Amino acid sequence: MRPNAFNILIGGEAGQGLVTVGQLLSKSLVRSGYYLVVTQDYQSRIRGGHNTFSIRVSPEQIVAPQESVDLLVALNPESVTLHREQVAPEGLIVLDESFGIACDPCLNVPFKELSGRRSANIAALGVVSSLLGLDRELVARTMDEFFGKKDPKTVEQNRDALTKSFQWCEGQPSPVQKLSRVENPPRRLMMNGNEAIALGALSAGVRFCSFYPMTPSTSIALNLASRAQQMGLIVEQGEDEIAVINMAIGASFAGAPSMVSTSGGGFALMAEGVSLAAMTETPLVVVVAQRPGPATGLPTRTEQADLGFVLHAGHGEFPRAIFAPGTVEECFHLTRRAFELAERFQGPMFLLTDQFLADSFRAVMPFDVEQLAAVHAGAEVGDVSGSYRRHAITENGVSPRLLPGMSDHLVVTDSDEHTEDGHITEDLSVRNQMVQKRLRKRERLLREVVPPKADGDEKSDILLVSWGSSRGATYEAASHLRSNARRVATLHFSQVWPLVPEQFVGVLRGAGEVVCVEGNATGQFAQLVYRETGFPIEKRVLRYDGLPITPEFILRELKQ
Amino acid sequence: MVSIEDYGNYETAWCPGCGDFAILKAVKQALVASGLEPHQVLFVSGIGQAAKAPHYLNANVFNGLHGRSLPVATGAKLSNPGLTVIVESGDGCIYGEGGNHFLAAIRRNIDVTVLAHNNQVYGLTKGQASPTSDKGFVTKAQPEGVLAEPFNPIAVSVAMGAGFVARGFSGMVDHVAGLIQQAIAHRGLSLVDILQPCVSFNKVNTFAWYKKRCTILPDAYDPTDWEAAMKVAREWGERIPIGVIYRNDRPAFEGQFSVLSEGALVGRDVDGAALARIVDGFA
Repeated sequence: MRPNAFNILIGGEAGQGLVTVGQLLSKSLVRSGYYLVVTQDYQSRIRGGHNTFSIRVSPEQIVAPQESVDLLVALNPESVTLHREQVAPEGLIVLDESFGIACDPCLNVPFKELSGRRSANIAALGVVSSLLGLDRELVARTMDEFFGKKDPKTVEQNRDALTKSFQWCEGQPSPVQKLSRVENPPRRLMMNGNEAIALGALSAGVRFCSFYPMTPSTSIALNLASRAQQMGLIVEQGEDEIAVINMAIGASFAGAPSMVSTSGGGFALMAEGVSLAAMTETPLVVVVAQRPGPATGLPTRTEQADLGFVLHAGHGEFPRAIFAPGTVEECFHLTRRAFELAERFQGPMFLLTDQFLADSFRAVMPFDVEQLAAVHAGAEVGDVSGSYRRHAITENGVSPRLLPGMSDHLVVTDSDEHTEDGHITEDLSVRNQMVQKRLRKRERLLREVVPPKADGDEKSDILLVSWGSSRGATYEAASHLRSNARRVATLHFSQVWPLVPEQFVGVLRGAGEVVCVEGNATGQFAQLVYRETGFPIEKRVLRYDGLPITPEFILRELKQ
Repeated sequence: MVSIEDYGNYETAWCPGCGDFAILKAVKQALVASGLEPHQVLFVSGIGQAAKAPHYLNANVFNGLHGRSLPVATGAKLSNPGLTVIVESGDGCIYGEGGNHFLAAIRRNIDVTVLAHNNQVYGLTKGQASPTSDKGFVTKAQPEGVLAEPFNPIAVSVAMGAGFVARGFSGMVDHVAGLIQQAIAHRGLSLVDILQPCVSFNKVNTFAWYKKRCTILPDAYDPTDWEAAMKVAREWGERIPIGVIYRNDRPAFEGQFSVLSEGALVGRDVDGAALARIVDGFA
C-alpha cells in the first residue's frame, strides 16, 4: 500500500511464544522510533491451532493494518502453507530449517543451533530484528525488562540466543531492505486499545471495576487489577454479568466512580442493569468490546455488529451516549469523556470497541496524566437546602446527587417509578414529570456530542463514512484513491450516539457518492444515519468474516 | 440517642394481617437497639412485597431489580465499608432469581445482613410457587402441586460455612429483632431467614401452622458446632427450629482489600505521580 510501510507476520501455534516475540519486536520498534499497527488473530484455544501476530511498521504515521506480507516469520510449517500466498514478490519467508520446506525467497534458520530447545521464539526475534536493522542492545534491553522477573538463568539463555541469532543473520544474504533509521527517536508508548481504556479510566478516577472474563474485553479489567493497589481501586470478578453490572451500580451509588467491561454476550446479560442505572440515575461506564455474534459467534475475532444492540439495550426510554474510538489515543480520551458524562448526567454511558482495536498495539505519544482532571462523585452537601430529594425535578433534568452515609441526608432511589424523594409511586402525573426530567438530560448531551471528523476534498466524488475502529483502514483507502487523482473525502464518527445531523448532513449531501464502511453485515450505522437524517447511504463496504477491515479490502469492494 | 420514632411510620401497600408488618417492627427495634442512626444505614432490596419494606422506614434506600439486591449491596459495601448495609427481600427474590448471588455472597462473606422474608409463596405476582414452597404445594401455576424439592436456605448456608445463619418467625417480634440485631453486629455475611404467613396466597403455611412448629433452640445449643448446625438446618416438619443456627468468625470480605484500609473509596483524588509512573511503564 504505502511504499514506506513494512508488514511482518509471525505465525505459529498457541503456546509457542508467538505473542511474546510479537510484543518484544513491537516494543523494540517503538523504542527505535517507528510507528506501528498490530493485528492479532487467534483461535479460541490455549494450545495448538494457528495464530498470527502481525506488525505493520513505518517511520511515518500509519493507521491501518495491511494484508500483503513483506516478512513472514513461520514458527511452524503450517504458517508457511497458510500465508505464503500473502507474501509480496519482494518479500521473505523466515523459517526453521528443520521444517524442510522449499520456498523462494526464504531464509532457512538453524533455530535449534542458535537457541537450544527452549527459546526458538527468541532466536526468531533476533533474526527478524537483525534483518530490519534494529540495534541489538536495544532489543536485548527490551527483552531483559520483559523477562526480568524470571530467574537470571533464563535471562542469560535468552541473551545468548539473541546474540547468536544476530551474528548468524549478519552473514546471510537478504532481499529485505533494512528499515530506514529514525534519528533521535521521540519517546512514545506502546499500547493497545484495552490498555488505553484502562489508563483512561484510571486518569478519570475509576474506583470500582467489576467484570466477568470475556474475550476480547478481559484485559481491560486485568490492566486495572494489576494497578488496583497502587491506584486505590477495587476490581472484582463477579459471579456473572448480571452481578457485575449491579455491583458496579451499587458501588457507584455509594460514591465510587465505576465501570464494567464485557463483550456482546455478557452485555446481553447486563441489559436490565443498564435500565436500572438509567432509572436510579446512577453514573456508570460500560465498555463493550465487540466480537462476532450471534451467540458465542467467533469468540476471538472482530466485528462491529453490536451498535444497534448497545443503542437500544435496556427497556424503557432514557438518554445515553455511545463513543466508538477509532484509535488507541481515542480509547484513552473517550473513556475519560464517558466517565465525565456519566457523572454529570447521572446515567449509563458507553464505549464501543472491538477485538481488533482492543488487541492492536500502536505507538502513541505519552499522555500528560498529571495535568488531566478526574471526576468527583456526587454534589457538595452544602448545595442542598432543606430536606433532600435525590430525584428533585430540575430544569436540566440533573438532580443534586448526595452519597449515602456521607451526610445526615437520606439518599433514596428506586427501580420503580419514584417520587422526587426516591420512593415508589404510582401517581401518574409524577410519572410524566419523571420521564420528562430524565429525557431533558438528552438536550444537554446533544450539545456536547463529539462532532464527526471530515477530511479531504470538500467537493468529493466519493465520501467514505466510518465509525470506530474502521477509521484507519478508511483513511488509508482514501489516501490511496487520492493518489489515483480521485477527489475523495472521509467522515469519521467517534461518537455514534446521539447524532447531531446539522454537524454532518451538509458533508453527506455535498459528496458525489457516499459509501459507509463498517464491520457488520447489515450496515447498522448507515441505517442509523438514515433514521436520524433521512439521508440514505446505499453503497456500503461491509466486512463480517471476523477479520479487521483493511485498506485493501475497501479498495477491492469499491472496484466491484 | 436514636429512637423508634426516628425511623418513622408510613402507610404501606401490604395486605392487612401480612407478616411484613411484624418484620418491619422488628427491623426498627433492631436498628434502635444497635444504636444506628437512619443515615448510617443503607437498605438494598429487590422486587416483591417484602422488597417494599425499606420504603416504610427512614434510611438510605436502593430498591433495585428483582433478585439483584446482593450484588448492589456488595458494590455499595466495597465502595463505603462504613455503611451498615442490609438486604431485605423475599424468598423468590433472594433464593430464586438471585440464587447465584446468594451463593457468591456467602463465599465472599461480605459484611451485609440479609433479611429474607420467607412466606414460601410469590405474593406480588399472586400466588405462584416460590423456591421454598413445600413439595406438593398447589397453586394456579402448579396445579398438580410443586414437583421440585424446596430450597433449604439454612442448610445451604451452613453447608457453605456462612458467617451467621439464623431463622426467625414473624409471630415472635422480639425474638426476630434480637436475631437481626446480632446479625447486624456480626462482621461478615449474616442471614436471617424470617418465616412469615402470606394471608392472601398461602393457605397451607399459615400463622397458626408456623406458630405450632417454630421452636426456639435451647440455651445449651452451640451455634459454632458445624455438624450440629447441619443437623438442625435440615429439620423441617413438625418442629421448625428458630434462633441462631450457625456462626463462625471467618474474615469479612471487604476487610481483606488492602485499598480499603484507608477507608471508603469515596472522594479520593487520583495520585497523578503514581499514574505517571504507570504510563512510563508503557514507554
